[in-house]
Amino acid sequence: MSVDRETVLRVARLARIALEEDRVDPMVTELNTILGWVEQLQEVDVREVAPLTSVVAQRLKMRDDEVTAGGDAAAVTANAPLVEDHFYVVPKVVE
Amino acid sequence: MTDLIGLTLADARTALLEKRVSSMELTGALLSAMAAARPLNAFVTQTPERALAMAAESDARLARGEARSLEGLPLAIKDLFCTKGVRTTAGSRILENFVPPYESTVTQNLWGAGAVLLGKTNMDEFAMGSSNETSYFGPVANPWRAEGSNQTLVPGGSSGGSASAVAADLCLAATGTDTGGSIRQPAAVTGTVGLKPTYGRCSRWGIIAFASSLDQAGPMTKTVRDAAILLRHMASVDPLDSTSVDIPVPDYEAVVDSGVKGLRIGIPKEYRVDGAPPEIDTLWQKGADWLRAQGAEIVEVSLPFTKYALPAYYIVAPAEASSNLARYDGVRYGHRARDVRDIGELYERSRGEGFGKEVRRRILIGTYVLSAGYYDAYYARAQKVRTLIARDFDAAFTGCDALLTPATPGPAFALGEKTQDPVSMYLNDIFTVTVNMAGLPALSVPAGLTMGGLPLGLQVIGKAFDEAMVLRVGRALELAAQFRAKPKSWWLA
Repeated sequence: MSVDRETVLRVARLARIALEEDRVDPMVTELNTILGWVEQLQEVDVREVAPLTSVVAQRLKMRDDEVTAGGDAAAVTANAPLVEDHFYVVPKVVE
Repeated sequence: MTDLIGLTLADARTALLEKRVSSMELTGALLSAMAAARPLNAFVTQTPERALAMAAESDARLARGEARSLEGLPLAIKDLFCTKGVRTTAGSRILENFVPPYESTVTQNLWGAGAVLLGKTNMDEFAMGSSNETSYFGPVANPWRAEGSNQTLVPGGSSGGSASAVAADLCLAATGTDTGGSIRQPAAVTGTVGLKPTYGRCSRWGIIAFASSLDQAGPMTKTVRDAAILLRHMASVDPLDSTSVDIPVPDYEAVVDSGVKGLRIGIPKEYRVDGAPPEIDTLWQKGADWLRAQGAEIVEVSLPFTKYALPAYYIVAPAEASSNLARYDGVRYGHRARDVRDIGELYERSRGEGFGKEVRRRILIGTYVLSAGYYDAYYARAQKVRTLIARDFDAAFTGCDALLTPATPGPAFALGEKTQDPVSMYLNDIFTVTVNMAGLPALSVPAGLTMGGLPLGLQVIGKAFDEAMVLRVGRALELAAQFRAKPKSWWLA
């Protein structure tokens, strides 16, 4: 499987990452190098193998459903690039 | 106390308790060394004022006889651990001005034990790299140079700043994180000790996420004993990380000198790779001989799926990264693009500008392998291969207590030498990545020098949660190797 320009642009769009025009062709080459290299996994017979979902044999822990933190809007929004009255400001999304 | 900065963590602890030195003196000496080592670029942020305030508090506690376990011991922290009120960047432009409102559990544990924060160490952007060259804050220089050469070498990565800081005596010890080798590979190429604990041993809470099923924090130190000391205080079960494991944290230091008599040490034959320099093989053989001489039995074992670990990793890790890094949107924190027309452009340009080349590349790979129609061919298959890798280790450990392998396929390389071809860079992790795929603990110990005078490491791999065994074997190697070499302080010139 190899990727073309169109696929790279589609994936970049899915990942919400703007690629400068002069970065598209190098990215096609780089992704194909990496995907070509991982292609060797196709030679492994995995028909009877279950995927590994956890490296440590442990049951997922349960916790009480209660509020343990929060209520500090100023701290939560302190790192936001643009804030008004503890609300994040973004370009208009609804006309 | 003439050479304060050269002290090990254990010796500094004794010196403080015996009042031969104060934490203020020790911290001051390390801050001076750090300030004089700017050419290494090991730190993204230095925190001298906080360090001195913490040292003063430690001295007061020491004077009152209320010293905690790491009282007054100055550490460097990889800039992936969130530190409350201290900028935390993950080596990325997108977090250039991020000041966390909370503290990671690992660092909280360290401050709770009395340790002192010297600063935040440079690293590959979002821990993606094996040379520290992907950092937005510039590459880190390895304190080591080949004999008779002025060429700058990389310190490995992604915990390159921590490795460089430990090797150059800019801190007593440091923290790192290891997703595919990011503690052990830089430790090996800087002549320092690096331990990746079992997945779940240290809480991941407050550590900026890269690949959540692989990431694990660990110590980077000058000696194996120091790694034992630091790990004990980094590890904990944590309600804020549901994958942290509720198993008591042993006193690793107490068992570090137990020796290897009667242990069975496995040599996995698949770790002999074509094209590796002969020095690597020679050192590996030497390591086996050292352990045999101390009473261990050396047995050959087989890990047949080893060669598939790295390609499987380069599907699993980018897939998890593409999901984890979706949070950087230019809205809630981090870099935000200017003059955008709409919300879509805000996301795309903020992320395009905020992420560097390698991070963008990995996010795109991850997005691709998870996208509709490709999931089974790539991600599901890689997770199945991961099962086979874990089974390999299970089988090997039925016949031995620990495994011995080389840590890296070669010594430190030159700046820019491997940046053109991503796959050649990825191959640096060929001996370390298998362990992350299986979640196991592993230690890199400095074991010798190349003909050119550069450090090489050996790796000890253990069973899950048997860090004590890994440290014990590592200590036996350290005793035999007698690695005393230090880099020449060229950065002071």
